[in-house]
Amino acid sequence: MKIWVHSDVSDGRITDVTFELLSKARDLADDLGGADMEATLIGSGVASEAGRLAEYGAGTVYLADAPSLALYSPLSHVPLLVGAVELWRPDIYLFAATSIGSALGPAVAARLRTGMAAHCVDLRINDRKGLSALVPSFGGRVIGEILCPNSTPQMASVKPGIFVKKPQASSEFRIVKLDIPEDASDERRLVPIGIERRHPKGRPLSEADVVICGGFGVGNKENWLLLEELAERLGGAAACTRPAVDEGWCEENRMVGTSGQSIRPKVYLGFGVSGATHHVCGMNEACVVISINRDEGAPIFEVSDFRVVADLNRILPLLMDAVRPSVRR
Amino acid sequence: MPYNVAVCIKPVPDPKYYDRITIDPQRKTIVRSGIPTMINPVDKNAVEAAMQLRERFGGYVAAISMAPPDAREILREVLAMGADAAYLLSDRAFGGADTLATSYTLYKGLKKIELERGLPFDFVFCGCESADGATAQVSSQLGEWLAFPHLWNVFSIESVSPDSSGGRESFKLRTKIENGFMEWVGRTPLVLGVSREMNKPRFTSVMGIMKAKNKPLTVWGLADFAEDDGHGMDSGLIGLSGSPTQPGEIFTPDLKRSGETLTGTPEEIVERIFAVMRSNGVSLVFEP
Repeated sequence: MKIWVHSDVSDGRITDVTFELLSKARDLADDLGGADMEATLIGSGVASEAGRLAEYGAGTVYLADAPSLALYSPLSHVPLLVGAVELWRPDIYLFAATSIGSALGPAVAARLRTGMAAHCVDLRINDRKGLSALVPSFGGRVIGEILCPNSTPQMASVKPGIFVKKPQASSEFRIVKLDIPEDASDERRLVPIGIERRHPKGRPLSEADVVICGGFGVGNKENWLLLEELAERLGGAAACTRPAVDEGWCEENRMVGTSGQSIRPKVYLGFGVSGATHHVCGMNEACVVISINRDEGAPIFEVSDFRVVADLNRILPLLMDAVRPSVRR
Repeated sequence: MPYNVAVCIKPVPDPKYYDRITIDPQRKTIVRSGIPTMINPVDKNAVEAAMQLRERFGGYVAAISMAPPDAREILREVLAMGADAAYLLSDRAFGGADTLATSYTLYKGLKKIELERGLPFDFVFCGCESADGATAQVSSQLGEWLAFPHLWNVFSIESVSPDSSGGRESFKLRTKIENGFMEWVGRTPLVLGVSREMNKPRFTSVMGIMKAKNKPLTVWGLADFAEDDGHGMDSGLIGLSGSPTQPGEIFTPDLKRSGETLTGTPEEIVERIFAVMRSNGVSLVFEP
């Protein structure tokens, strides 16, 4: 059996979600009673990154490294991966559900006429040695098992932050170079020109021990700014729910939930978060959940370790006093 | 030049009510009774994008959906927004389709519309994901079936070479990526999965609703895709049996925690919050 992971690459570097996927692939390989773990890697100047895949257990790295591959395009990337699959026949093929993986993976699956489960929250090996992918629907209200019993590879995508990355001891690996077609005239139909990054302020949600999350109950932009300051002073990060984005208080890249990020901080401290399922699905891996909401019946309290039934304006100023330098204790 | 545009539409249960969805423990099916059906929200952005393109360049906009017969109402709404024609692919044989079978069925529908009109599509717009299944896979897979280049999470499209010779414009497109965006230049035909940032969908006007009543709404079942016109459907690629993925168990996740209610004065509560943080390994050295 062979399990493949496609590397998610951003600015020439492999991103963490790739290592999270490889770590999960290790568990799947063990459950299969052993399987080859391999990775595909496409980009420009990315050969030096292959060793990082080996640190997470990839024994073979299928590499396409060329200046023309610096930016993702379906016209170049899809045929490369389809060709590789047809040659080496993996049984399972995992993709990151990032902006690129979400576009690329399903296209590869379509061309191979195989099945792909999207945005999985868990992957298991079933008693028929097949992949069982657990997929949320209706905003996470329902989890469904998706099987791909009659075609290979069995494909699945997983968002960043769902699995935990675990480095491996062994780092022996080989590189197999993929054939890059010379005639790329067809690719001119759609050409990637460039990438523009907006550097977000604040610590990434995935790296914060404490996440301060604001929901609709935050009430106004001023309160939201206080939450941001609180997060910063605690060395954490500020997150939000969909209604808080819709109110214009915060950026969508801070949103937690099924259509946002999945986080697993040590402490999640929520202010005015109602607890809609599509939000809870993104934060239920937090070690400890503390929620402050004045509505005693808010669903968030059912998924909280500590409940504070109070108006946030009674709690937040005291928290701010405690963390502001002038009143530091 | 005028463009022929298709917009893919999915009826979904209204996302406002998803917390009411349950599972029938005996039959192992999803219970969504009483939840109204609506157009998938981001599909409206796809319709709006098609309208704006037609207003700028002229052309034709067809809405297409693979759905049960009652999706006619949803398609009437798209006609009221301004689409010229609507096509509903509806047959028991299409039921239970995964994204691959769905995109194949839509592909066959689009090919049949092209055949009947004698004009190929230049753009196919889809919402980038549906509110219910949220796989976000259909637009890319439809692009593969059609052999059109495809982009996902598109939030901006503009013409870069205003055209006087009757040839094809190029379009500058932007897609959302992590912490930024990617820029592309593409020529038609294209399949674009659009995001909610793309535009603000128009409301339907009374005039639009009146006009929609007289616009063509065609319903096609499997039998309408006869083999002999060159665009027959392969019955092995449609519906549940034509889907490479198969559903297994379903359940509602139990995320409940046995919570403790913190009581006392606000000062005492704040002390407890800091104590919980400390005991869970959060270092409380406040940053300046």
